[in-house]
Amino acid sequence: MSPDIIQLIIVFAILFVVLTIGGLLIWLERRLLGLWQDRYGPNRVGPFGLLQVLADMIKVFTKEDWIPPFADKAVFIIAPAVIVAVVLMSYTVIPFAPGVEIVDLNIGLLFFLAMSSLGVYSVALAGWASASKYSLLGGLRASAQMLSYEVFMALSLMGVVMLTGSFNLREIVEAQRGLWFVIPQFVGFVVFFIAGIAETHRLPFDLPEAESELVAGYHSEYSGMKFGMFFVGEYLGITLISALTVALFFGGWLGPVLPPLVWFLIKTFAFICFFILLRASLPRPRYDQLMSFGWKVMLPLSLLNLVVTGAVILIRR
Amino acid sequence: MNLLFYISGLIAVISTFLVVTRKSTVHALLYLIVSLLAVALIFFSLGAPFVAALEVIIYAGAIMVLFVFVIMMLNLGAQSAQQESQWLTPGIWIGPSILTIILAIELIVLFATDPVRLYATNMIGPKQVGIALFGPYVIAVELASMLLLAGLIGAYHLGRPHKH
Repeated sequence: MSPDIIQLIIVFAILFVVLTIGGLLIWLERRLLGLWQDRYGPNRVGPFGLLQVLADMIKVFTKEDWIPPFADKAVFIIAPAVIVAVVLMSYTVIPFAPGVEIVDLNIGLLFFLAMSSLGVYSVALAGWASASKYSLLGGLRASAQMLSYEVFMALSLMGVVMLTGSFNLREIVEAQRGLWFVIPQFVGFVVFFIAGIAETHRLPFDLPEAESELVAGYHSEYSGMKFGMFFVGEYLGITLISALTVALFFGGWLGPVLPPLVWFLIKTFAFICFFILLRASLPRPRYDQLMSFGWKVMLPLSLLNLVVTGAVILIRR
Repeated sequence: MNLLFYISGLIAVISTFLVVTRKSTVHALLYLIVSLLAVALIFFSLGAPFVAALEVIIYAGAIMVLFVFVIMMLNLGAQSAQQESQWLTPGIWIGPSILTIILAIELIVLFATDPVRLYATNMIGPKQVGIALFGPYVIAVELASMLLLAGLIGAYHLGRPHKH
């Protein structure tokens, strides 16, 4: 087979796997939440309740797709597509294993940051276009939250970039052959992961959609597959942040005995479960607490990490 | 590469034009984002991926989000769209059109007399940009950072709760 065809197969395989994982996560999350809260979760449809995914999909596809008459129609329709498109674009730079990646981009990490910064529009515009007060409040919260957490998400990654000397994700993984970056860059890892939770607006940072205050926040007015897009976008985002954490701090595909791709998937799966565990165990902070935590704790911490990393690199040279 | 450049250039021009003519502020902002993305693609096709990424991260991803944020807070409705349509009369196009035509003539003259190379042959990576910024342009960087710091302090002062 020519390299072009192999590349094309890889592209579609990654797309298929990622979307399937996104769908299965709905079931996984409900089962794991059930486990951690001492109940069963969905276990009736098919083996282990696995066909629940299918049932949910049939339900969401056949629901009435309603656009409120007071909404800004064009923007209302574009908004849910943006989040899925942007998150899927980010997967192009993730190195799953040697040879299993879509593009080997020199500025891979920056490309991810660019895409994640565009993801804000989905939530902000959905909130605005719905023209309802709960949606608007959700959209406002989301844009301020994601904008703030993006700042030190980028800063926390610069330590890794300094150690590697490259924005290329493949080279970053290769540079961890001796030692995973989670050890020299532990602060960077913690800051990145917390920012990642805020970027995907998962609990405990799900204030844009806080259902006890804002109905469902920015997607209150959405139904049918448009709502489904936000839903899938969120799970794709969790998978993306987990995969990136693995690639940046936990040695990516590196590991003994098992094939590289399996290592990558195992590590990513562990972080996805951790995301769900966070949801099962942590309460939601107040909005001003979230913002002041970001600017007063996380930002100085990531700057300090940057300065210390730079100093250590200079001394050891 | 040539075709990519012209396509993204065309998109940039069209969307920028639509920014001016849209009556709804949010729609105008959306076209501005598209325009910025098109410009980022132009940078990319010219062999400056680092600048392209920064264009998306800083302009499209941060500054424009703030614009959208403010517009959302103001919650402008049909009234402002009406106002906008009153302001945008045909007469208002004359001044900018003349100025743009002068620029276009300049560009054509430049192309005719001195065929500038449109395409950079070498890639300009993050390292070169960094060396340039902290080498010959270090004073500009320092001045810009001081200006930003002044803005930061000013915003903090204005946002501080008053004690009476």
